[in-house]
Amino acid sequence: MIEIHNIHKAFGDKKVLDGVSGVFETGKTNLLLGASGTGKSVLLKCIVGLIKPDLGSVTFDGTYFTNNKLDIRQEIRRKIGMLFQGSALFDSMTVEENVEFPLRMLTEMSKEERRERVDFCLRRVGLEGANKKMSSEISGGMKKRVGIARAIAPNCTYLFCDEPNSGLDPQTALKIDELIKEITEEYNITTIIVTHDMNSVIEIGDKIFFLYEGKKLWEGNRDEIMDTDIKELNDFIFANRLMRDAKKVEEEEREEEREEEERRHESENHTPASPEEAVETQEEPPIRKPEGPAATTQPGNHKA
Amino acid sequence: MLQSFGKYLLFMQSLFTRKESTRILFGRTIDEAILIGINSILIVAIVSTFIGAVTCVQVAYNLDNAFIPRSTIGFMVREMTILELAPTITSIVLAGKVGSSIAGGLGTMQITEQVDALEVMGINSASYLVLPKVVAAILVFPMLVILAMFLSILGGYLAGTLSGELTPQEYITGIRDQFIPYNIVFALIKSVVFAFLISSISSFTGYHTSGGALEVGAASTAAVTNSVIAILIGDFVLAYVLL
Ligand SMILES: Nc1ncnc2c1ncn2[C@@H]1O[C@H](COP(=O)(O)OP(=O)(O)OP(=O)(O)O)[C@@H](O)[C@H]1O
Ligand SMILES: [Mg+2]
Repeated sequence: MIEIHNIHKAFGDKKVLDGVSGVFETGKTNLLLGASGTGKSVLLKCIVGLIKPDLGSVTFDGTYFTNNKLDIRQEIRRKIGMLFQGSALFDSMTVEENVEFPLRMLTEMSKEERRERVDFCLRRVGLEGANKKMSSEISGGMKKRVGIARAIAPNCTYLFCDEPNSGLDPQTALKIDELIKEITEEYNITTIIVTHDMNSVIEIGDKIFFLYEGKKLWEGNRDEIMDTDIKELNDFIFANRLMRDAKKVEEEEREEEREEEERRHESENHTPASPEEAVETQEEPPIRKPEGPAATTQPGNHKA
Repeated sequence: MLQSFGKYLLFMQSLFTRKESTRILFGRTIDEAILIGINSILIVAIVSTFIGAVTCVQVAYNLDNAFIPRSTIGFMVREMTILELAPTITSIVLAGKVGSSIAGGLGTMQITEQVDALEVMGINSASYLVLPKVVAAILVFPMLVILAMFLSILGGYLAGTLSGELTPQEYITGIRDQFIPYNIVFALIKSVVFAFLISSISSFTGYHTSGGALEVGAASTAAVTNSVIAILIGDFVLAYVLL
Protein backbone atom coordinates (compact mmCIF):
# COMPACT_ATOMS: atom_id res chain seq x y z
CA MET A 1 0.00 0.00 0.00
CA ILE A 2 1.31 3.42 -0.93
CA GLU A 3 0.03 6.49 0.86
CA ILE A 4 0.67 9.99 -0.33
CA HIS A 5 -0.15 12.98 1.76
CA ASN A 6 -0.56 16.59 0.69
CA ILE A 7 2.00 16.59 -2.15
CA HIS A 8 2.90 20.06 -3.41
CA LYS A 9 5.24 20.81 -6.27
CA ALA A 10 5.95 23.97 -8.21
CA PHE A 11 8.49 24.64 -10.94
CA GLY A 12 9.51 28.25 -10.53
CA ASP A 13 6.22 30.05 -10.00
CA LYS A 14 4.27 27.44 -11.96
CA LYS A 15 2.29 25.37 -9.52
CA VAL A 16 1.99 21.81 -10.83
CA LEU A 17 0.78 19.80 -7.84
CA ASP A 18 -1.36 21.49 -5.26
CA GLY A 19 -1.92 19.23 -2.29
CA VAL A 20 -2.62 15.75 -3.61
CA SER A 21 -3.40 13.00 -1.12
CA GLY A 22 -4.52 9.43 -1.59
CA VAL A 23 -4.09 5.77 -0.78
CA PHE A 24 -3.07 3.27 -3.44
CA GLU A 25 -4.08 -0.20 -2.37
CA THR A 26 -2.18 -3.42 -2.80
CA GLY A 27 -3.43 -5.94 -5.34
CA LYS A 28 -5.37 -3.30 -7.21
CA THR A 29 -4.67 -1.36 -10.36
CA ASN A 30 -4.76 2.28 -9.33
CA LEU A 31 -5.24 4.71 -12.18
CA LEU A 32 -4.14 8.33 -12.27
CA LEU A 33 -6.42 9.94 -14.78
CA GLY A 34 -6.22 13.44 -16.10
CA ALA A 35 -5.77 15.68 -19.10
CA SER A 36 -2.41 16.33 -20.68
CA GLY A 37 -0.23 18.62 -18.59
CA THR A 38 -2.10 18.26 -15.31
CA GLY A 39 0.92 16.84 -13.52
CA LYS A 40 0.36 13.09 -13.64
CA SER A 41 3.94 12.29 -14.59
CA VAL A 42 5.24 14.77 -12.05
CA LEU A 43 3.13 13.14 -9.33
CA LEU A 44 4.46 9.71 -10.29
CA LYS A 45 8.02 10.99 -10.11
CA CYS A 46 7.32 12.61 -6.76
CA ILE A 47 6.10 9.27 -5.45
CA VAL A 48 9.25 7.40 -6.49
CA GLY A 49 11.43 10.30 -5.40
CA LEU A 50 12.85 11.33 -8.78
CA ILE A 51 11.38 14.76 -8.14
CA LYS A 52 11.50 16.07 -4.61
CA PRO A 53 8.11 17.44 -3.62
CA ASP A 54 8.12 20.90 -2.05
CA LEU A 55 5.80 19.65 0.63
CA GLY A 56 4.11 16.41 1.53
CA SER A 57 5.09 12.83 2.19
CA VAL A 58 4.96 9.36 0.69
CA THR A 59 4.96 6.09 2.61
CA PHE A 60 5.45 2.64 1.15
CA ASP A 61 3.74 -0.04 3.25
CA GLY A 62 4.13 2.12 6.31
CA THR A 63 7.79 3.03 5.68
CA TYR A 64 8.30 6.75 5.37
CA PHE A 65 10.02 7.47 2.07
CA THR A 66 10.23 11.08 0.96
CA ASN A 67 12.90 12.54 3.24
CA ASN A 68 14.14 9.34 4.76
CA LYS A 69 17.74 8.19 4.84
CA LEU A 70 19.23 7.31 1.48
CA ASP A 71 19.78 3.67 2.45
CA ILE A 72 16.12 3.20 3.25
CA ARG A 73 15.01 4.97 0.08
CA GLN A 74 17.40 2.82 -1.90
CA GLU A 75 16.04 -0.30 -0.22
CA ILE A 76 12.48 0.60 -1.25
CA ARG A 77 13.53 1.57 -4.73
CA ARG A 78 14.97 -1.84 -5.36
CA LYS A 79 11.41 -3.13 -5.08
CA ILE A 80 10.07 -0.68 -7.66
CA GLY A 81 9.43 -1.43 -11.30
CA MET A 82 8.77 1.59 -13.43
CA LEU A 83 7.83 2.31 -17.01
CA PHE A 84 8.62 5.85 -18.12
CA GLN A 85 6.43 7.86 -20.46
CA GLY A 86 9.25 7.92 -23.03
CA SER A 87 10.21 4.29 -22.30
CA ALA A 88 13.76 5.33 -21.20
CA LEU A 89 15.39 2.23 -22.64
CA PHE A 90 19.18 2.11 -22.41
CA ASP A 91 20.05 2.88 -25.99
CA SER A 92 23.50 1.34 -25.87
CA MET A 93 21.93 -2.05 -25.16
CA THR A 94 19.86 -4.57 -27.05
CA VAL A 95 16.25 -5.34 -26.15
CA GLU A 96 17.35 -8.42 -24.29
CA GLU A 97 20.08 -6.63 -22.35
CA ASN A 98 17.61 -3.96 -21.34
CA VAL A 99 15.24 -6.48 -19.82
CA GLU A 100 18.10 -8.40 -18.25
CA PHE A 101 19.66 -5.29 -16.75
CA PRO A 102 17.60 -5.07 -13.53
CA LEU A 103 18.02 -8.83 -13.05
CA ARG A 104 21.76 -8.50 -13.34
CA MET A 105 21.90 -5.54 -10.99
CA LEU A 106 19.28 -6.41 -8.41
CA THR A 107 19.05 -10.18 -8.20
CA GLU A 108 21.37 -13.12 -7.66
CA MET A 109 20.00 -15.08 -10.62
CA SER A 110 22.33 -17.23 -12.68
CA LYS A 111 22.87 -16.51 -16.33
CA GLU A 112 20.55 -19.33 -17.33
CA GLU A 113 17.75 -18.17 -15.01
CA ARG A 114 18.11 -14.64 -16.26
CA ARG A 115 17.80 -15.73 -19.86
CA GLU A 116 14.68 -17.71 -19.12
CA ARG A 117 13.15 -14.79 -17.27
CA VAL A 118 13.97 -12.38 -20.09
CA ASP A 119 12.36 -14.67 -22.66
CA PHE A 120 9.34 -15.09 -20.42
CA CYS A 121 8.87 -11.35 -19.98
CA LEU A 122 9.34 -10.62 -23.66
CA ARG A 123 6.78 -13.29 -24.47
CA ARG A 124 4.32 -11.70 -22.07
CA VAL A 125 4.50 -8.39 -23.91
CA GLY A 126 4.34 -10.07 -27.30
CA LEU A 127 7.94 -9.43 -28.32
CA GLU A 128 9.37 -12.91 -28.62
CA GLY A 129 12.10 -12.95 -31.22
CA ALA A 130 13.05 -9.29 -30.84
CA ASN A 131 15.81 -10.15 -28.33
CA LYS A 132 18.80 -9.12 -30.38
CA LYS A 133 17.49 -5.87 -31.82
CA MET A 134 19.12 -2.65 -30.62
CA SER A 135 16.70 -0.53 -28.65
CA SER A 136 17.18 2.33 -31.10
CA GLU A 137 16.00 0.12 -33.94
CA ILE A 138 12.51 -0.69 -32.70
CA SER A 139 9.25 1.22 -33.00
CA GLY A 140 7.79 3.46 -30.32
CA GLY A 141 5.14 0.94 -29.34
CA MET A 142 7.74 -1.81 -29.15
CA LYS A 143 9.87 0.40 -26.91
CA LYS A 144 6.90 0.81 -24.60
CA ARG A 145 6.50 -2.94 -24.42
CA VAL A 146 10.20 -3.53 -23.78
CA GLY A 147 9.92 -0.90 -21.04
CA ILE A 148 7.09 -2.88 -19.47
CA ALA A 149 9.06 -6.10 -19.76
CA ARG A 150 11.99 -4.41 -18.03
CA ALA A 151 9.74 -3.07 -15.27
CA ILE A 152 8.20 -6.45 -14.50
CA ALA A 153 11.36 -8.55 -14.97
CA PRO A 154 12.48 -8.52 -11.33
CA ASN A 155 9.49 -9.42 -9.22
CA CYS A 156 8.69 -5.95 -8.02
CA THR A 157 6.44 -5.02 -5.13
CA TYR A 158 5.44 -1.68 -6.57
CA LEU A 159 4.75 -1.14 -10.25
CA PHE A 160 4.50 2.29 -11.83
CA CYS A 161 3.52 2.71 -15.44
CA ASP A 162 3.38 6.08 -17.15
CA GLU A 163 0.97 5.65 -20.05
CA PRO A 164 1.70 1.99 -20.74
CA ASN A 165 -0.56 1.81 -23.75
CA SER A 166 -0.22 5.17 -25.44
CA GLY A 167 1.03 4.68 -28.96
CA LEU A 168 -0.24 1.13 -29.16
CA ASP A 169 -3.03 -0.21 -31.36
CA PRO A 170 -6.26 -0.96 -29.47
CA GLN A 171 -5.68 -4.70 -29.46
CA THR A 172 -2.14 -4.54 -28.11
CA ALA A 173 -3.19 -1.83 -25.69
CA LEU A 174 -5.84 -4.12 -24.30
CA LYS A 175 -3.33 -6.94 -24.00
CA ILE A 176 -0.94 -4.73 -22.05
CA ASP A 177 -3.74 -3.53 -19.77
CA GLU A 178 -4.71 -7.10 -19.06
CA LEU A 179 -1.10 -8.10 -18.48
CA ILE A 180 -0.65 -5.36 -15.89
CA LYS A 181 -3.87 -6.26 -14.13
CA GLU A 182 -2.96 -9.94 -14.16
CA ILE A 183 0.47 -9.33 -12.67
CA THR A 184 -0.97 -7.03 -10.06
CA GLU A 185 -3.46 -9.60 -8.88
CA GLU A 186 -1.23 -12.62 -9.26
CA TYR A 187 1.69 -11.25 -7.22
CA ASN A 188 -0.43 -8.95 -5.08
CA ILE A 189 1.60 -5.85 -5.86
CA THR A 190 0.70 -2.18 -5.70
CA THR A 191 0.27 -0.78 -9.16
CA ILE A 192 -0.14 2.83 -10.19
CA ILE A 193 -0.88 3.56 -13.82
CA VAL A 194 -0.93 6.97 -15.41
CA THR A 195 -3.36 7.13 -18.28
CA HIS A 196 -5.81 9.21 -20.17
CA ASP A 197 -7.26 6.29 -22.02
CA MET A 198 -10.91 5.61 -21.20
CA ASN A 199 -10.59 2.05 -22.45
CA SER A 200 -8.08 1.32 -19.71
CA VAL A 201 -10.36 2.94 -17.20
CA ILE A 202 -13.22 0.67 -18.13
CA GLU A 203 -11.07 -2.44 -18.45
CA ILE A 204 -8.84 -2.27 -15.41
CA GLY A 205 -9.77 0.72 -13.24
CA ASP A 206 -10.06 -0.80 -9.78
CA LYS A 207 -9.44 2.58 -8.27
CA ILE A 208 -9.30 5.81 -10.21
CA PHE A 209 -7.89 9.14 -9.14
CA PHE A 210 -8.86 12.06 -11.31
CA LEU A 211 -6.35 14.89 -11.36
CA TYR A 212 -7.34 18.33 -12.53
CA GLU A 213 -4.95 21.29 -12.50
CA GLY A 214 -2.77 19.78 -9.83
CA LYS A 215 -5.59 18.73 -7.54
CA LYS A 216 -7.32 15.44 -6.98
CA LEU A 217 -10.90 16.17 -7.92
CA TRP A 218 -12.40 12.74 -7.59
CA GLU A 219 -11.66 9.14 -6.68
CA GLY A 220 -13.70 6.00 -7.14
CA ASN A 221 -13.92 2.86 -9.23
CA ARG A 222 -14.75 2.26 -12.86
CA ASP A 223 -18.43 1.69 -12.13
CA GLU A 224 -18.85 4.90 -10.26
CA ILE A 225 -17.01 7.05 -12.77
CA MET A 226 -19.87 7.09 -15.30
CA ASP A 227 -22.29 8.58 -12.82
CA THR A 228 -20.48 11.47 -11.23
CA ASP A 229 -21.79 14.96 -11.39
CA ILE A 230 -18.36 16.66 -11.43
CA LYS A 231 -18.33 18.75 -14.54
CA GLU A 232 -14.56 18.54 -15.24
CA LEU A 233 -14.59 14.77 -14.97
CA ASN A 234 -17.66 14.43 -17.16
CA ASP A 235 -16.11 16.70 -19.76
CA PHE A 236 -13.04 14.49 -19.67
CA ILE A 237 -14.84 11.15 -19.90
CA PHE A 238 -17.41 12.09 -22.46
CA ALA A 239 -15.09 14.01 -24.73
CA ASN A 240 -15.37 11.35 -27.38
CA ARG A 241 -18.49 10.20 -29.12
CA LEU A 242 -18.13 6.56 -28.27
CA MET A 243 -18.35 7.30 -24.58
CA ARG A 244 -21.27 9.69 -25.06
CA ASP A 245 -23.11 7.04 -27.05
CA ALA A 246 -22.35 4.43 -24.44
CA LYS A 247 -23.72 6.69 -21.78
CA LYS A 248 -26.80 7.45 -23.82
CA VAL A 249 -27.48 3.78 -24.43
CA GLU A 250 -27.04 3.04 -20.79
CA GLU A 251 -29.38 5.82 -19.77
CA GLU A 252 -31.98 4.72 -22.28
CA GLU A 253 -31.82 1.19 -21.05
CA ARG A 254 -32.16 2.33 -17.51
CA GLU A 255 -35.11 4.52 -18.48
CA GLU A 256 -36.79 1.65 -20.29
CA GLU A 257 -36.32 -0.61 -17.38
CA ARG A 258 -37.79 1.88 -15.01
CA GLU A 259 -40.80 2.40 -17.22
CA GLU A 260 -41.32 -1.31 -17.51
CA GLU A 261 -41.09 -1.66 -13.79
CA GLU A 262 -43.62 1.12 -13.29
CA ARG A 263 -45.96 -0.45 -15.79
CA ARG A 264 -45.70 -3.78 -14.08
CA HIS A 265 -46.34 -2.18 -10.71
CA GLU A 266 -49.36 -0.41 -12.03
CA SER A 267 -50.80 -3.49 -13.59
CA GLU A 268 -50.15 -5.44 -10.41
CA ASN A 269 -51.82 -2.77 -8.32
CA HIS A 270 -54.82 -2.74 -10.58
CA THR A 271 -55.40 -6.49 -10.36
CA PRO A 272 -54.43 -7.62 -6.88
CA ALA A 273 -53.60 -11.29 -6.99
CA SER A 274 -53.55 -13.98 -4.35
CA PRO A 275 -51.29 -13.36 -1.32
CA GLU A 276 -48.63 -15.83 -2.54
CA GLU A 277 -48.31 -14.06 -5.83
CA ALA A 278 -47.98 -10.70 -4.16
CA VAL A 279 -45.03 -11.95 -2.13
CA GLU A 280 -43.42 -13.31 -5.26
CA THR A 281 -43.65 -10.07 -7.19
CA GLN A 282 -42.23 -8.13 -4.28
CA GLU A 283 -39.20 -10.32 -4.28
CA GLU A 284 -38.79 -10.08 -7.98
CA PRO A 285 -36.78 -6.84 -8.35
CA PRO A 286 -33.84 -7.89 -6.15
CA ILE A 287 -33.51 -11.16 -8.09
CA ARG A 288 -33.77 -9.44 -11.39
CA LYS A 289 -31.34 -6.63 -10.69
CA PRO A 290 -28.05 -8.42 -11.31
CA GLU A 291 -29.15 -9.35 -14.81
CA GLY A 292 -29.98 -5.81 -15.91
CA PRO A 293 -27.34 -3.64 -17.60
CA ALA A 294 -27.81 -0.99 -14.94
CA ALA A 295 -26.90 -3.46 -12.23
CA THR A 296 -23.20 -2.74 -12.44
CA THR A 297 -23.72 0.92 -11.74
CA GLN A 298 -25.95 0.26 -8.76
CA PRO A 299 -23.32 0.49 -5.99
CA GLY A 300 -22.05 3.70 -7.47
CA ASN A 301 -25.47 5.24 -7.31
CA HIS A 302 -25.68 4.49 -3.66
CA LYS A 303 -22.38 6.07 -2.80
CA ALA A 304 -22.79 9.10 -5.01
CA MET B 1 31.62 29.94 -10.83
CA LEU B 2 32.43 29.17 -7.20
CA GLN B 3 29.02 27.57 -6.86
CA SER B 4 29.67 25.31 -9.85
CA PHE B 5 32.96 24.31 -8.32
CA GLY B 6 31.22 23.39 -5.08
CA LYS B 7 28.67 21.37 -7.00
CA TYR B 8 31.49 19.68 -8.88
CA LEU B 9 33.14 18.66 -5.60
CA LEU B 10 29.86 17.27 -4.26
CA PHE B 11 29.40 15.39 -7.51
CA MET B 12 32.85 13.84 -7.19
CA GLN B 13 32.01 12.81 -3.66
CA SER B 14 28.77 11.19 -4.79
CA LEU B 15 30.76 8.90 -7.06
CA PHE B 16 32.23 7.17 -4.05
CA THR B 17 29.16 6.85 -1.85
CA ARG B 18 27.03 3.72 -2.13
CA LYS B 19 29.01 2.22 -4.97
CA GLU B 20 27.78 -0.75 -6.91
CA SER B 21 29.60 -4.04 -6.45
CA THR B 22 33.24 -4.02 -7.54
CA ARG B 23 32.56 -6.81 -10.01
CA ILE B 24 30.03 -4.71 -11.92
CA LEU B 25 32.15 -1.56 -11.82
CA PHE B 26 35.20 -3.52 -12.96
CA GLY B 27 33.36 -4.83 -16.00
CA ARG B 28 32.08 -1.36 -16.84
CA THR B 29 35.58 0.10 -16.47
CA ILE B 30 37.06 -2.40 -18.89
CA ASP B 31 34.30 -1.60 -21.40
CA GLU B 32 34.90 2.12 -21.09
CA ALA B 33 38.67 1.72 -21.34
CA ILE B 34 38.36 -0.25 -24.55
CA LEU B 35 35.99 2.36 -25.91
CA ILE B 36 38.28 5.28 -25.08
CA GLY B 37 41.33 3.45 -26.40
CA ILE B 38 39.84 2.31 -29.68
CA ASN B 39 38.13 5.62 -30.36
CA SER B 40 41.20 7.75 -29.79
CA ILE B 41 44.22 5.73 -30.83
CA LEU B 42 44.13 6.76 -34.46
CA ILE B 43 43.74 10.48 -33.87
CA VAL B 44 46.44 10.42 -31.19
CA ALA B 45 48.78 8.60 -33.57
CA ILE B 46 48.23 11.05 -36.41
CA VAL B 47 48.46 14.16 -34.25
CA SER B 48 51.60 13.10 -32.38
CA THR B 49 53.49 11.98 -35.49
CA PHE B 50 52.89 15.32 -37.11
CA ILE B 51 53.68 17.26 -33.95
CA GLY B 52 57.07 15.52 -33.84
CA ALA B 53 57.67 16.18 -37.52
CA VAL B 54 56.72 19.84 -37.30
CA THR B 55 58.82 20.36 -34.17
CA CYS B 56 61.82 18.84 -35.89
CA VAL B 57 61.49 20.98 -39.00
CA GLN B 58 61.00 24.18 -37.01
CA VAL B 59 63.90 23.52 -34.66
CA ALA B 60 66.12 22.77 -37.65
CA TYR B 61 65.04 26.03 -39.24
CA ASN B 62 65.92 27.98 -36.10
CA LEU B 63 69.24 26.22 -35.51
CA ASP B 64 70.75 27.04 -38.87
CA ASN B 65 74.13 27.73 -37.33
CA ALA B 66 77.45 26.02 -38.04
CA PHE B 67 78.57 26.20 -34.37
CA ILE B 68 75.67 24.15 -33.07
CA PRO B 69 75.91 20.41 -33.69
CA ARG B 70 73.04 19.02 -35.78
CA SER B 71 72.30 16.43 -33.11
CA THR B 72 70.87 19.26 -30.98
CA ILE B 73 67.82 19.08 -33.21
CA GLY B 74 67.11 15.55 -31.99
CA PHE B 75 67.74 16.64 -28.42
CA MET B 76 65.31 19.56 -28.72
CA VAL B 77 62.62 17.41 -30.32
CA ARG B 78 62.85 14.92 -27.46
CA GLU B 79 62.75 17.58 -24.76
CA MET B 80 59.80 19.42 -26.24
CA THR B 81 57.66 16.44 -27.10
CA ILE B 82 58.19 14.35 -23.99
CA LEU B 83 57.88 17.16 -21.54
CA GLU B 84 55.14 19.23 -23.07
CA LEU B 85 53.76 18.41 -26.46
CA ALA B 86 52.98 14.72 -26.16
CA PRO B 87 51.07 14.86 -22.85
CA THR B 88 49.44 18.26 -23.30
CA ILE B 89 48.53 18.22 -26.96
CA THR B 90 47.35 14.62 -26.69
CA SER B 91 45.17 15.59 -23.74
CA ILE B 92 43.71 18.55 -25.58
CA VAL B 93 42.91 16.31 -28.52
CA LEU B 94 41.37 13.80 -26.13
CA ALA B 95 39.35 16.55 -24.47
CA GLY B 96 37.71 17.08 -27.83
CA LYS B 97 37.29 13.43 -28.59
CA VAL B 98 36.59 11.78 -25.23
CA GLY B 99 35.21 14.79 -23.36
CA SER B 100 32.54 15.59 -25.90
CA SER B 101 31.48 11.97 -26.21
CA ILE B 102 31.23 11.56 -22.42
CA ALA B 103 29.19 14.74 -22.04
CA GLY B 104 26.99 13.99 -25.06
CA GLY B 105 26.33 10.43 -23.92
CA LEU B 106 25.49 11.34 -20.34
CA GLY B 107 23.44 14.34 -21.45
CA THR B 108 21.36 12.17 -23.76
CA MET B 109 20.86 9.62 -21.01
CA GLN B 110 19.75 12.39 -18.70
CA ILE B 111 17.18 13.98 -21.00
CA THR B 112 15.74 10.64 -22.16
CA GLU B 113 15.23 9.62 -18.51
CA GLN B 114 17.72 6.75 -18.70
CA VAL B 115 19.45 8.18 -15.65
CA ASP B 116 16.09 8.30 -13.86
CA ALA B 117 15.51 4.69 -14.84
CA LEU B 118 18.76 3.72 -13.12
CA GLU B 119 17.91 5.77 -10.04
CA VAL B 120 14.49 4.19 -9.74
CA MET B 121 16.11 0.76 -9.67
CA GLY B 122 18.01 1.93 -6.61
CA ILE B 123 21.30 2.28 -8.47
CA ASN B 124 23.59 5.22 -7.76
CA SER B 125 23.59 6.44 -11.34
CA ALA B 126 26.48 8.86 -10.88
CA SER B 127 28.73 6.19 -9.51
CA TYR B 128 27.55 3.53 -11.95
CA LEU B 129 27.94 5.71 -15.03
CA VAL B 130 30.74 8.09 -14.17
CA LEU B 131 33.21 6.28 -11.93
CA PRO B 132 34.13 3.68 -14.61
CA LYS B 133 34.69 6.47 -17.12
CA VAL B 134 37.06 8.34 -14.80
CA VAL B 135 39.00 5.23 -13.85
CA ALA B 136 39.16 4.08 -17.47
CA ALA B 137 40.49 7.46 -18.59
CA ILE B 138 43.14 7.39 -15.87
CA LEU B 139 44.23 3.95 -17.05
CA VAL B 140 44.20 4.61 -20.77
CA PHE B 141 45.52 8.18 -21.07
CA PRO B 142 49.06 7.37 -19.90
CA MET B 143 49.23 4.57 -22.45
CA LEU B 144 48.13 6.93 -25.18
CA VAL B 145 50.67 9.49 -24.01
CA ILE B 146 53.47 6.92 -24.11
CA LEU B 147 52.39 6.08 -27.63
CA ALA B 148 52.32 9.77 -28.48
CA MET B 149 55.86 10.28 -27.14
CA PHE B 150 57.16 7.41 -29.19
CA LEU B 151 55.38 8.47 -32.37
CA SER B 152 56.35 12.14 -32.09
CA ILE B 153 60.01 11.22 -31.77
CA LEU B 154 59.54 8.90 -34.72
CA GLY B 155 57.82 11.71 -36.62
CA GLY B 156 60.75 13.99 -35.90
CA TYR B 157 63.15 11.32 -37.10
CA LEU B 158 61.28 10.86 -40.36
CA ALA B 159 60.94 14.58 -41.01
CA GLY B 160 64.55 15.31 -40.12
CA THR B 161 66.17 12.51 -42.08
CA LEU B 162 63.88 12.59 -45.10
CA SER B 163 64.35 16.33 -45.52
CA GLY B 164 68.10 15.89 -45.17
CA GLU B 165 68.40 18.26 -42.20
CA LEU B 166 70.42 15.72 -40.25
CA THR B 167 71.60 12.13 -40.52
CA PRO B 168 69.89 9.28 -38.65
CA GLN B 169 73.03 8.92 -36.57
CA GLU B 170 72.93 12.58 -35.51
CA TYR B 171 69.25 12.36 -34.58
CA ILE B 172 69.79 9.26 -32.46
CA THR B 173 72.78 10.81 -30.74
CA GLY B 174 70.61 13.86 -30.07
CA ILE B 175 67.70 12.05 -28.51
CA ARG B 176 70.05 10.05 -26.24
CA ASP B 177 71.86 13.15 -25.02
CA GLN B 178 71.46 14.06 -21.33
CA PHE B 179 68.35 12.00 -20.92
CA ILE B 180 66.47 12.65 -17.67
CA PRO B 181 64.14 9.73 -16.80
CA TYR B 182 62.16 11.93 -14.43
CA ASN B 183 60.78 13.81 -17.44
CA ILE B 184 58.92 10.70 -18.48
CA VAL B 185 57.53 10.29 -14.99
CA PHE B 186 56.49 13.92 -15.01
CA ALA B 187 54.74 13.51 -18.34
CA LEU B 188 52.87 10.46 -17.07
CA ILE B 189 51.82 12.32 -13.93
CA LYS B 190 50.51 15.04 -16.19
CA SER B 191 48.57 12.57 -18.30
CA VAL B 192 46.92 11.07 -15.21
CA VAL B 193 45.93 14.48 -13.91
CA PHE B 194 44.60 15.55 -17.29
CA ALA B 195 42.70 12.29 -17.64
CA PHE B 196 41.00 12.94 -14.34
CA LEU B 197 40.21 16.54 -15.23
CA ILE B 198 38.78 15.75 -18.67
CA SER B 199 36.67 12.77 -17.64
CA SER B 200 35.32 14.29 -14.44
CA ILE B 201 34.57 17.73 -15.87
CA SER B 202 32.88 16.27 -18.95
CA SER B 203 30.89 13.83 -16.83
CA PHE B 204 29.82 16.61 -14.50
CA THR B 205 28.70 18.78 -17.39
CA GLY B 206 26.90 15.96 -19.18
CA TYR B 207 25.26 14.53 -16.08
CA HIS B 208 23.71 17.87 -15.18
CA THR B 209 22.10 18.45 -18.57
CA SER B 210 18.41 19.26 -18.56
CA GLY B 211 16.11 20.17 -21.39
CA GLY B 212 16.44 18.75 -24.89
CA ALA B 213 18.76 17.97 -27.77
CA LEU B 214 19.91 21.57 -27.94
CA GLU B 215 21.16 21.45 -24.36
CA VAL B 216 22.99 18.20 -25.03
CA GLY B 217 24.94 19.93 -27.79
CA ALA B 218 25.64 22.86 -25.51
CA ALA B 219 26.81 20.52 -22.76
CA SER B 220 29.24 18.82 -25.17
CA THR B 221 30.72 22.13 -26.19
CA ALA B 222 30.96 23.34 -22.61
CA ALA B 223 32.63 20.09 -21.59
CA VAL B 224 35.37 20.51 -24.18
CA THR B 225 35.92 24.20 -23.44
CA ASN B 226 36.08 23.70 -19.69
CA SER B 227 38.34 20.66 -20.01
CA VAL B 228 40.81 22.51 -22.21
CA ILE B 229 40.96 25.43 -19.80
CA ALA B 230 41.43 23.05 -16.89
CA ILE B 231 44.23 21.24 -18.76
CA LEU B 232 46.12 24.46 -19.40
CA ILE B 233 45.76 25.64 -15.81
CA GLY B 234 46.75 22.18 -14.59
CA ASP B 235 49.73 22.18 -16.94
CA PHE B 236 51.00 25.42 -15.48
CA VAL B 237 50.44 24.38 -11.87
CA LEU B 238 52.17 21.02 -12.38
CA ALA B 239 55.15 22.58 -14.11
CA TYR B 240 55.47 25.09 -11.29
CA VAL B 241 55.18 22.51 -8.52
CA LEU B 242 56.98 19.50 -9.95
CA LEU B 243 59.81 20.94 -12.02
N1 LIG C 1 11.27 19.53 -15.03
C1 LIG C 1 10.28 20.42 -15.22
N2 LIG C 1 10.54 21.73 -15.18
C2 LIG C 1 9.55 22.63 -15.35
N3 LIG C 1 8.26 22.31 -15.56
C3 LIG C 1 7.93 21.03 -15.61
C4 LIG C 1 8.92 19.99 -15.45
N4 LIG C 1 8.31 18.81 -15.54
C5 LIG C 1 7.01 19.08 -15.76
N5 LIG C 1 6.77 20.40 -15.80
C6 LIG C 1 5.47 21.04 -15.99
O1 LIG C 1 4.55 20.39 -15.18
C7 LIG C 1 3.31 20.26 -15.83
C8 LIG C 1 2.82 18.84 -15.72
O2 LIG C 1 3.66 17.99 -16.46
P1 LIG C 1 3.42 16.43 -16.51
O3 LIG C 1 4.52 15.88 -17.33
O4 LIG C 1 3.25 15.90 -15.16
O5 LIG C 1 2.06 16.34 -17.31
P2 LIG C 1 1.18 15.03 -17.56
O6 LIG C 1 -0.03 15.14 -16.74
O7 LIG C 1 2.03 13.83 -17.37
O8 LIG C 1 0.82 15.22 -19.08
P3 LIG C 1 0.79 14.14 -20.27
O9 LIG C 1 -0.45 13.39 -20.16
O10 LIG C 1 0.85 14.98 -21.50
O11 LIG C 1 2.03 13.30 -20.11
C9 LIG C 1 3.51 20.71 -17.26
O12 LIG C 1 2.87 21.95 -17.42
C10 LIG C 1 4.98 20.87 -17.41
O13 LIG C 1 5.26 22.01 -18.17
MG1 LIG D 1 2.96 12.49 -18.55
